[in-house]
Amino acid sequence: MHHFEPFLLGAIVLLPLVGFAVNGLTAFLAPERKTIPTVVGPAVLALAFVIALTNFVRMLGAELHEPIVRSYWSWMPVGSLQIDAALQLDQLSMLMTLIVTGVGTLIHIFSVGYMKADPGYARYFAYLNLFVFFMLVLVLGASFPLMFVGWEGVGLCSYLLIGFWYKERKNADAGKKAFIVNRIGDFGFIVAMMLIFSNLGTLDYVEVFDAAPAAFAYGGGVITAITLFLFLGATGKSAQIPLYVWLPDAMAGPTPVSALIHAATMVTAGVYMVARAGVLFALAPVSQVVVAGVGALTALFAATIGLAQYDIKKVLAYSTVSQLGYMFIGVGVGAFAAGVFHLMTHAFFKALLFLGSGAVIHAMHEAFHHTHKDWDPQDMRNMGGLRKYMPVTFWTMWIATLAIAGVWPFAGFFSKDEIIWQAAAHAVGPFAGWYKAIWAIALLAAVLTAFYMTRMMVMTFHGENRTGAAEREHLHEVPAVMWVPLAVLAVLSVVGGWVNVPHAIADLPVLGWIPTSEWLHEWLHPITEHADEIMAANLPALAEAAPLGGGEAFWAITSFAIAVAVIAIAFRIVGSRQYRPAVESPEPVGLARLLYNKWYIDEIYDAVVVRPVVNASKALWRFVDQGIIDGTVNGFGYASRALGWVGSRLQTGQLNTYAFAVAIGVLILLGFVAF
Amino acid sequence: MVTNSLVLAAILFSIGVLGVVVRRNAIILFLCIELMLNAVNLAFVALSRAVGIEGQVFVFFVMAVAAAEAAVGLAIVISIFRHSETVDLKNFNLLRW
Repeated sequence: MHHFEPFLLGAIVLLPLVGFAVNGLTAFLAPERKTIPTVVGPAVLALAFVIALTNFVRMLGAELHEPIVRSYWSWMPVGSLQIDAALQLDQLSMLMTLIVTGVGTLIHIFSVGYMKADPGYARYFAYLNLFVFFMLVLVLGASFPLMFVGWEGVGLCSYLLIGFWYKERKNADAGKKAFIVNRIGDFGFIVAMMLIFSNLGTLDYVEVFDAAPAAFAYGGGVITAITLFLFLGATGKSAQIPLYVWLPDAMAGPTPVSALIHAATMVTAGVYMVARAGVLFALAPVSQVVVAGVGALTALFAATIGLAQYDIKKVLAYSTVSQLGYMFIGVGVGAFAAGVFHLMTHAFFKALLFLGSGAVIHAMHEAFHHTHKDWDPQDMRNMGGLRKYMPVTFWTMWIATLAIAGVWPFAGFFSKDEIIWQAAAHAVGPFAGWYKAIWAIALLAAVLTAFYMTRMMVMTFHGENRTGAAEREHLHEVPAVMWVPLAVLAVLSVVGGWVNVPHAIADLPVLGWIPTSEWLHEWLHPITEHADEIMAANLPALAEAAPLGGGEAFWAITSFAIAVAVIAIAFRIVGSRQYRPAVESPEPVGLARLLYNKWYIDEIYDAVVVRPVVNASKALWRFVDQGIIDGTVNGFGYASRALGWVGSRLQTGQLNTYAFAVAIGVLILLGFVAF
Repeated sequence: MVTNSLVLAAILFSIGVLGVVVRRNAIILFLCIELMLNAVNLAFVALSRAVGIEGQVFVFFVMAVAAAEAAVGLAIVISIFRHSETVDLKNFNLLRW
């Protein structure tokens, strides 16, 4: 055990910013030059990852109980509000930094192949680097305002990248939608920050979390309000009910962007924030049940929509929303390590799924491009049988599918299972009934997850090819620069869960060969222990058995069995269906139609929120702005002009008139003097 | 005696004002202005008898200025006449609204 000093901490954050500057300048000065972005874009990320890894290795050998805060300069010294531009390195931000830079590097490399022919190549890498910079500010910032800077910055980059192909109206609209929906969440974040400051007088993590347990009563109104407002921010950024609607539309951006921003990193910012503010949430049991409940509802709701989508990226988008719901169940019930664990494994397998879908879309696009066919390269009804043409993509995506479905020994099994189990174990105290329901919903959503993922795989890779005879010849595997990142992520999707094998599973006969290591729990212990203490002091001991009986191991085996069974059933059901290319397919009917149209949520929001706001704005514009405000201002103008006109009539240009006026004036003055 | 002179001065002055207000011929206007100036001179002279000699000094000033003013004014009138063959001020109203 030695003393730990962070190594080039600032450089981790600054390197992507340098990359942004270089690529941004290239985009401005020589957009057709592709060498500079190809080298600089991935290189800065790889370098940042290496530095982060060095820090991580050194941190492993050190006993680090207190977070390390490095303050660079005083950013906002306003009265009693003192905010430094400071970075905080602890176990949680270390893990997030590794995920962001590690997965980010792979996705940057993949992008080199995916965006090869795009005229906005340098601009793309500039945005992507800028995104990573802001994401690192978000996870490494040492105070809520600094997190907010990163929070807004990644939102900006998300907007820029969703609307990357801005010449199409649809894409620009999707970018705006993401931006505007996130504003609602940001409002919550700002209010929460103000409440924290007005109650504690500080916004630095260390001071806030130190002071909070003494300053707030357990379950008090203020802390509940703070955490609920924080969670409102999280629902925006992390796409939870009711603000999830922007994420499926965000698929308008390039697919690697969907992988990096809208699956692996940015959308998990809300989960990170709840885990970071775990002490505050632990003090507010009502907020906890709200977080977990919203997470569970989102997990189920998004999964149902995922069942009936035909666009491969839409399936993955709803799957992401659903999996984020799981993470919120985890951090909501107070199992912060479990939520962060799923965040990590999800980053691996969902990035893999998105990159895999990117590879498929890339191949489909090239095939259609060859023959000038105007079919949708993202519609799974146009695919089928791709396993023959894209074996690497096929196998790696199946690994990710098994991982997300929760099949042992893939990564998702351990993380998802832990979340489901923790929901059951935390079903104690005043909200026990709610947590039991959340547990049941989480199980049900897991069934749906296995089903829709298998459906996607079968429709894409199995059965007969529906691409068309001429196009089929042009289908081929993607180049190495694209499939190597897939392979790396596939390895991580297999072994990523092994860092946190619960003792209960390690004790089982056949399944227990992976050495037990609740490593992640122990690693995050310095972060979560304060929240754990608060909950332990105020809640009864955790439940030993799930609501229907059975312990952790029993339910782990059960959910494994369910996942395998559902995959097998889905394989049979979907495999036996005769799909036809999208242009020849009938419109979906009945329940499928309802799900295909996403429960008509967008239409409902449009009618209930968007239309009234637009109409009210129009009314305000016409009557208040144009009528009253413009009317007043213009009225003053007209009045002075009229007055001026009257006065100007005195200026006749005739000497007589002036002389007359002077004479009258003199007479009046004389009158005053005389009388 | 002083009162009579002042009444005469007032009458002359009023005639001058009236002329300036109602007539349009530039020459007549000049005459009326001279009339007003001389009405004031008369008042000065009349009052100097009661108040002191300074009034008469002032009259010389007024006469000197009036002479200069008449010279400049008549020059303007002549150039106006050369320009448009008339001295009717009705035609000279460029400086209006």
